[in-house]
Amino acid sequence: MILAGCDGDRTWRLQDYVARGGYAALRRIVAEKIPQDTIIGELKTSVLRGRGGAGFPTGLKWSFMPRSFPGDKYLACNSDEGEPGTFKDRDILRYNPHSVIEGMAIAAYAMGAARGYNYIHGEIFEVYQRFEEALAEARAAGLIGQNILGSDFSFELFAHHGYGAYICGEETALLESIEGKKGQPRFKPPFPASYGLYGKPTTINNTETFASVPFIMNMGGEAFLNLGKPNNGGMKLFSVSGHVNRPGNYEIPLGTPFSELLEMAGGMRGGRKLKAVIPGGSSAPVVPGSVMMDCTMDYDSISKAGSMLGSGAVIVMDETTCMVKALERLSYFYFEESCGQCTPCREGTGWLYRVVHRIENGLGRPDDLDLLNSVTANIMGRTICALGDAASMPVQSFVKHFGAEFEYHIENKKCLVPPEVQRAGSQIYVSPSC
Amino acid sequence: MLEIEIDGKQVQVDDGSTVMDAAAVAGAYIPHFCYHKKLSIAANCRMCLVQVEKAPKPLPACATPVTNGMKVWTHSELAVKAQKGVMEFLLINHPLDCPICDQGGECQLQDLAVGYGSSASRYQEEKRVVFNKNLGSLVSTDMTRCINCTRCVRFTAEIAGEMELGQAFRGEHAEIMPFIEKTIDSELSGNIIDLCPVGALTSKPFRFAARTWELSRRKSVSPHDSLGANLIVQTKHDVVKRVLPLENEDVNECWLSDKDRFSYEALNGDDRLTAPMIKQGGEWKRVDWQAALEFVATGLRGIAKDHGPASIGALGSPHSTLEELYLLQKLVRGMGSDNVDFRLRQADFRADGKRSGAPWLGMPIAGVKDLNRLLVVGSFLRKDAPLLAQRVRQAAKKGLHVSAIGPNAEEWLLPVKHRALVAPSAMVAVLAEVVAALSAAKGVEVSVALHGKLPAVVSDEARSIAESLAAGRKVAVWLGSLAAQHGRASELQMLAQEVARLSGGTFGFIGEAANSVGAYLAGATPGADGLNAGAMIAQPRQAYVVLGAEPDFDFADPAATKAALGGAQLVVGLSAFDSASLRGVADVLLPIAPFTETSGTYVNCEGRAQSFTAVARPQGETRPGWKVLRVLGNMLSLDGFAQGDSEAVRDEALAGGVAERLDNGLEGVLVSSVVAAAGALERVADVPIHFADPIVRRAPSLQKTRDAAAPTARMAPETLAALGVNAGERVRVRQAGGQAELVAQADAGLAPGCVRIAAAHLSTAALGAMSGDVSVERV
Repeated sequence: MILAGCDGDRTWRLQDYVARGGYAALRRIVAEKIPQDTIIGELKTSVLRGRGGAGFPTGLKWSFMPRSFPGDKYLACNSDEGEPGTFKDRDILRYNPHSVIEGMAIAAYAMGAARGYNYIHGEIFEVYQRFEEALAEARAAGLIGQNILGSDFSFELFAHHGYGAYICGEETALLESIEGKKGQPRFKPPFPASYGLYGKPTTINNTETFASVPFIMNMGGEAFLNLGKPNNGGMKLFSVSGHVNRPGNYEIPLGTPFSELLEMAGGMRGGRKLKAVIPGGSSAPVVPGSVMMDCTMDYDSISKAGSMLGSGAVIVMDETTCMVKALERLSYFYFEESCGQCTPCREGTGWLYRVVHRIENGLGRPDDLDLLNSVTANIMGRTICALGDAASMPVQSFVKHFGAEFEYHIENKKCLVPPEVQRAGSQIYVSPSC
Repeated sequence: MLEIEIDGKQVQVDDGSTVMDAAAVAGAYIPHFCYHKKLSIAANCRMCLVQVEKAPKPLPACATPVTNGMKVWTHSELAVKAQKGVMEFLLINHPLDCPICDQGGECQLQDLAVGYGSSASRYQEEKRVVFNKNLGSLVSTDMTRCINCTRCVRFTAEIAGEMELGQAFRGEHAEIMPFIEKTIDSELSGNIIDLCPVGALTSKPFRFAARTWELSRRKSVSPHDSLGANLIVQTKHDVVKRVLPLENEDVNECWLSDKDRFSYEALNGDDRLTAPMIKQGGEWKRVDWQAALEFVATGLRGIAKDHGPASIGALGSPHSTLEELYLLQKLVRGMGSDNVDFRLRQADFRADGKRSGAPWLGMPIAGVKDLNRLLVVGSFLRKDAPLLAQRVRQAAKKGLHVSAIGPNAEEWLLPVKHRALVAPSAMVAVLAEVVAALSAAKGVEVSVALHGKLPAVVSDEARSIAESLAAGRKVAVWLGSLAAQHGRASELQMLAQEVARLSGGTFGFIGEAANSVGAYLAGATPGADGLNAGAMIAQPRQAYVVLGAEPDFDFADPAATKAALGGAQLVVGLSAFDSASLRGVADVLLPIAPFTETSGTYVNCEGRAQSFTAVARPQGETRPGWKVLRVLGNMLSLDGFAQGDSEAVRDEALAGGVAERLDNGLEGVLVSSVVAAAGALERVADVPIHFADPIVRRAPSLQKTRDAAAPTARMAPETLAALGVNAGERVRVRQAGGQAELVAQADAGLAPGCVRIAAAHLSTAALGAMSGDVSVERV
C-alpha cells in the first residue's frame, strides 16, 4: 500500500505520487468540504491503530482534539524512529514522503490545526533532506501552505530533525525538543491534546499512521479494516531483521501468520532453527520461536503471546544466539538512552545493565535473576514515560523464557551456546546488500 | 471545591489542587524530594508515589490533579512499596557516608532513608562519581551526592529569574551544572542551599564549621534592606555560625537574599571593635567604659556650654535599631539640640515639616501579588531590594505590568513594559509628563498645587507609562533609593502622589535600609529648629555623635562629611567595627553590639515593627547601643533615661502607634519646571548591594562575589563615543573638586549623558556628592 509502486526510479517525486493516485484524497476533501467528523468517523471505522508502538486507535486520538479551541493547534509527526530493529519510517520518508505530507494535511484539516512539524530522527539526515525537498514540491504545488488548492484551508508543515536521542521519540520529549529544550518527557496529565506544543492542543502520530490516512480516505474505512482482521485494520510495515536470509521492510495485511512473514524474508539463515523473536522492536518482550510460529502478525495475537506488536520491528534470532549477550546489548541501549529525568529509570537502567553485563562476563551471582526481576518491578509503572517499562520488559521476558541460559552463565561462568556455534552463526552472515 | 478522601479522611480542596496539596490539608505527610511549594512541579524524584483508587499504577502526588470523589492512600502497601523502591534507586549511587557529609543531620534523604530505606544495599557495583563545580564563593558543591531533583535549577529559572543552573547530559550521566566556567551570580543564590534536599549544595562559608544539632536556633531580623527578612540565626558557643530563613509568608516567604544570609561572617571578623577607645595626642588608647563615657559626657557638656547646644549634631545610620535611634534623638534633644538625622544619603530635605507622617511603601509587601500596574521611579530595584524584586517578578508572570523611570536600565530579570530612560535631572520633568498624560487619559483634573506646573508636551515614553497606569485596576508607584536621594526628591514625591491619586493607586518609598521607616517613627529627624543631615555637614558643628555609620561610605558626600567631622572638637563614634574611616575623624569610639548581640526593633518598608533579641553574647567589651545611650543620658543627668529593657524603649518610641503614623502625604512642595543645562555629564550613583552597610562590606565571602566588584565608570556607548573613550580604558573622573581614577565600562542600560559610579566605596569616596555634574577624561 504505502510502499506499493515505490521500487522504480525517483518514485518519491510529487509527479510519481500523483501518478499513483496521490493527493486525490486531499483534493476531494478540500473540494467537497467534507466535514471533519466524517473524516474522523472514517478513521474510526478503519480501526487504524497507531503504528508507532502503542497501537492507540488513531480516530479516537483525533477526536480528543478540542475542535472549538480558540488559537493555535498543532500537529506533529513522530519520525524519530530510534527503536532498535525499526527502520520502516525512514523508508516511507525516503520512498513515499508525499503520503506523509498528504496524511498530515488531511489530519490538519480534520482537527483544525494550522501548523505541523515532522520530527525526523537525527541520524538519517539524507531522509530529512529528502523530506524537505518533498515539502518544497508540495508547497510549490499549493498542496500545503496558505489556501491549499485555492480553498480557505491553510496548513503549514515544517521538517525538524533531532540529534539522535532515542527519548525524543517519546511524544512529549519530542515536543520539548521542537520547542528547543532538552528532550525530556513531560508528566501526564496534562496530555498533548490539551497542553502540547507551546502549551497548545497537539496531536502526535507516527509516520506510518499519517501515511496510511490517504489510503483510508481513498478506499474507505471499511475496506481498509477488511484488509486486516477485526480490531486490527489495514496493512502494516514490518521491519524484519536478524538471522533471516532477506532482512527488510515487508508491508503485509495485519493478521498474516508469522511463518508467512518469515517465508517472505527468505526463511532462516542457513536453515538454522528459530530460537526467539522480538516481534515489536527492542522494547517488546521476547517470544520463544515455537510460540511465535503459531502467532499471526497483528496487535491481538502478539499481545496474547505475551508481547506487543509495537512498531512492527521483528528481530529474529536463531539457535546460535546467546540470549545473555543479546540482553546485555539491549540493556546497554536503554542505559545509554535514559534521559535521566526521573529516578527509577536514571538509576535502574544502569543497574540492570551492570547486572546483565556481570552475568555475561562470568561474574554473576546466584540471586542475580531475582535481583533483575525485583529491580524491573521497581522501575515498571513508576516512571514519567514508558522508557522505564521499555527497559524492563526485555529483561523480564529474557529471564522468563531463557532463564536456564542465564543460570548456566552464572553457575558455569560460560555460555550455554558453545562459542564455536556462536562463531559459526556470525561467520555465515553476509549482508544481502553486499 | 473538590472532595477527596486521603487515608480515609475526607477533605475539601480548591479546584486545581494536586493530591500533594490535599494531603497537606488532610495532615498526611507524603515523602518527597523534588516537590517544593514555591517551585513548578517536576515529578522527577518519584518519591511521592501514592495509591489512587482505580489507577492501575501508583501516581505521583505532586503532579496528580484531584478529581471529585478521588480516593488516595498514601501509606498503603502499594504506595509504600513504590516509595521504598524509589528510595532504593536514590541510594544506589548516593554515597552512604553521612558522617562525613556537611548535610548530615539535616538531610531530607537521610531522614527519609530511615523510614523507607533498607539496612543494606543490594547494589554492589561501583558508584557514580560526579565532579564538583565552582559556583562561586557562596555555594559549595559535592555533586556526587546530587539526586537530580532539579530544585536548584527551577529556583534559578523561576524565582531568581535567570537560569544559571541546568541538567546537562543524559541518564546516569546527568549532572547539574552552571554554564561552562560560569559561577552563580544571583543575589538570591544561597537559597539553593536550603532547597537542596541532600548534601550536594552546601554553604561555602559554613562548610564543616558545625553540626546542625550543635547549633542553637534563634529568631532574628535582617538588618540590611528595607524588607526586614526574618532570620534563624544559628550559634555555637556564642558565635554566629550560620543564618537561615525563618519562613514568613508576608515578608520574605521562605527565601533570603545572599546579603541577609552571609553577612554574618563580618560579625566574627577581626575588625570588630571590642573595647572603647580614646584618641589622645593622635594615639588611640583602649580605655574602660567608665573612662570612655565620662570623656564623652564631659566633652558634650563642655561644648554645649561653650558653643550652645545647637553646636551638637547626631547622625544615625538607618541600619540602627529603633531603640538606638530613639535614644540618640532623645539624648541630643535632652541636651537642647534639635540636630538629629538618619537620612545620611539624602540631598533634598524640602519635604520636612510638610509630611503627614512617616514615609513608607504605602502598601503591604504581600500585596504585590495583587498589583496589575507598577511604576518604579529611580530605583536599583533588583539589588536594593532583592526579595521585593522577586515578588514583582512573580507578579509579572501573572500579568503585572511594570514601568520604570530613571537613568538606569540594568537587568532586573523581570519584564519592564515601559521605560523612560532619562538622566537624573530629567526625572522630575518626565514624571510630570506622566501626570499630565494620566490626567488627560483619565479625564481627571490635576491637583491645584500642580496647576500650571505640568509640561505641555508629553514624550512617547511618558505617554505609554501613563496609558499603562490608566488601564490599571490595582496600581502602585514606588520611589526607589535613587529617587529618595535625588536632588529634587520632594518634587518627585509630590508628583508620585499625584500619579497615585489619578490612577486610584498607592505610592510610597521602597526604603534604603532596614529601619528607614523606623527611624522616622523614632523621631530621628530634626524638628523645625534643627539641622538635617545635609545641613549638619554643610554647616559644621562642634560635636558629632555618629551612630553606626562610616564617613567614607554612608553619607551623601563623603568628602564634605570627613571635612565637617574632621574639623569638629569632638566626634563620638558608636560602632560595631573598628573602622579606619571612623578613626580618621573620631575622638572616641564606643563598641556597640551588632543586631545579633542586642535586642532591638526594625520597622520594615510596609510598617511592620519586628523586634528581636540577642542571639549571642556581645563580643569583648561590646555593649548594646541602646544601653550605651541610656547610660550616657544618665551621666548627662537627662530625664527619661531610666528604661530597664529595650522593650521599654521600644514602647516609648512607638507610643503613638505604627500604622497610625505611616503616611506618604506631602503638601506644599513647589514643583518647578527647571530643566538641566544640556551637554553636562551627570553622575548616577548606586549603593552596591554588598557595600551598603558596615556589616555587609566586611563579609569576606560576599566581597568575593561579582556584585562586590570594584566600581567602574559606566556610560552608554554613545556617551563613551562622544568622549572618545573606549570601554576598558582608565579614565579620570572629576566631580566638585574631587577626583577618582576608574575603568570605563560600556553600559547600554544607562541614559546617555550619565556616568554611573557607585558610592559607598573607598575608590569613589573622594568624588563627593552622589549626584551632580562630572567630567571624564582619559588618563
